[in-house]
Amino acid sequence: MAELATFSHGPTVPGPPPPGADPTPRSHSGPLPTTAARRRYRIVLGILIALAVFFGFGLLAWDNPMPFGTPGFWVIAEMRVTNVIVMAVVALCHATATVSFQTVTNNRILTPSIMGFESLYVAVQTAAVFLLGAAGVTFFSGLKQFVLLVVIMVALALVLYGWLLSGRQGNIHVMLLVGIIIGGGLGSVSNFMQRLLTPSEFDVLTARLFGSVSNADVSYFPVAIPLVLIAAGLLWARSRRLNVLALGKDTTLNLGINHRAETMRVLFLISILMAVSTALVGPMTFLGFLVATLAYQFADTYDHRHIFPISALTGFVVLSGAYFIMKNVFYAQGVVSIIIELVGGSVFLYVILRKGRL
Amino acid sequence: MINLTRVRRDYSSEVRIGPVDLQIPEGGITSLIGPNGAGKSTLLTMIGRLQGLDDGVIEVAGYDVSRTKSHDLAKILSILRQENHFITRLTIRQLVGFGRFPYSRGRITKADEEIISRSLDFLDLGDLEDRYLDEVSGGQRQRAYVAMVLAQDTDYVLLDEPLNNLDMKHAAHTMELLRRAADTLGKTVVVVLHDINFASAYSDHIVAMRDGEVVAVGSPQEIMQREMLRRVFDMDIIVQDMHGMRLGVFWTPGAPVRVQS
Repeated sequence: MAELATFSHGPTVPGPPPPGADPTPRSHSGPLPTTAARRRYRIVLGILIALAVFFGFGLLAWDNPMPFGTPGFWVIAEMRVTNVIVMAVVALCHATATVSFQTVTNNRILTPSIMGFESLYVAVQTAAVFLLGAAGVTFFSGLKQFVLLVVIMVALALVLYGWLLSGRQGNIHVMLLVGIIIGGGLGSVSNFMQRLLTPSEFDVLTARLFGSVSNADVSYFPVAIPLVLIAAGLLWARSRRLNVLALGKDTTLNLGINHRAETMRVLFLISILMAVSTALVGPMTFLGFLVATLAYQFADTYDHRHIFPISALTGFVVLSGAYFIMKNVFYAQGVVSIIIELVGGSVFLYVILRKGRL
Repeated sequence: MINLTRVRRDYSSEVRIGPVDLQIPEGGITSLIGPNGAGKSTLLTMIGRLQGLDDGVIEVAGYDVSRTKSHDLAKILSILRQENHFITRLTIRQLVGFGRFPYSRGRITKADEEIISRSLDFLDLGDLEDRYLDEVSGGQRQRAYVAMVLAQDTDYVLLDEPLNNLDMKHAAHTMELLRRAADTLGKTVVVVLHDINFASAYSDHIVAMRDGEVVAVGSPQEIMQREMLRRVFDMDIIVQDMHGMRLGVFWTPGAPVRVQS
């Protein structure tokens, strides 16, 4: 029996071209095959970095009553820097998680929120207010509670994925359907409890349920930031496998990747990112979808190694830009999700209608 | 050689594949034929480890497909399904480049590029290599997938209904290419076909299946017999010799009906 190695360079490839024939250089099979594509990618990356720096710095410096460079300026900037860090974390979470999720599900109109993370968050918060009154909001703040919330969400996701993907008929569409049903069920339960709240309690709760960067607490950072960096880093390291997963189950298996195990690993990392982000700032249903869709257009390549940085930067630009505009133009800081959905939705429609494809 | 021993897969108490005992010899083209639901594609996907088996053993070149690491098998056998729909936007060359994944793990080297170029040329796709898959015709796309499988450089190539949705010219062209891959590159090609005449004209061996079982194995001469085709397809097909090939005239009016009476 032949050794495995002999298969790799055996005589079974079409033979080399005859000498002297076809000396014209061929194009590449890489993610950005032409010089024009590479230049375009670098320009897009440059613009996004510039915008990110502009908005990030703008949030710290704009409307800062102290002159730039004085100690007083930095005191105020330091107070605002928390928000900028939260935006970066949330952008990284949603961008990376959504791109990976759309790849493993082979579907570009889904977001990981569909798996019930956000409805679980809403249900937990509502239940706390329902059972404990207005004090319930404070009940679910603090590092321990934050960790607990993340663990519950990741555990729910793992049970769901593990159970649904391990069966003989293991099927990602059944898993999505069950996720949607669980999400819908939790949503109705929350809705029901909200009806029974007093108006003042409801008011307190609503403020909590609007996805907002000001919900975040600095004390969560020591846990949240390393967790997000590790999960996003691992997904980034798996980029080349994700490229293959995007070709569907059969092709993935044919190319020698264990599809089920790989899908599970990716979904686990996604669930960490989504859980941390949701526990940190609350639901942001539309952000990931918008950012991922824009990132595919901006990056214009199949390679996740190139898509991930673009999507994270796009996420930060969208978030910080929306926050900057809300704060300095409409003087209505906090409710960022509204402007993201309005402006982001319009940009999204414009891009899709112009290009005509996802 | 591909060796199947008591291979079985159960769907319900009435519907199941097998137990199948079958040997597919090294080299040449082997066609799997049979009516819809005979289990041809299931058998092929089990050999290509896309589906598990409930019992039995499948060995390809001596490697047990359920036990050998998927990663190692990807250098021994490649399998192409008929439906390959995905969301990623790729050029033909990038798609073919994925065929090198088992060797390069996604980092395409110069040697890989050369193999990719040769696979593209083998399928006459050199001029189209920078076109996106959604910009080419169905026949060209089909050829791109075959080029990807060739770039994977495996001794065994399994194709599930590669002629589906192809017009006459592209279907004949595809079979011509598979013949060339078997003859000049020494590959063992196993292919599921619906058209018995393509199977008869292009293959070295034919495996006839029905109701999840192998009915007969043999050369085109042996399988292309009126009585044999009646057993496999429930159709009365007149078989004629033409230019040294056995061809079945299955499209004549009355062929499916005659057998009932």
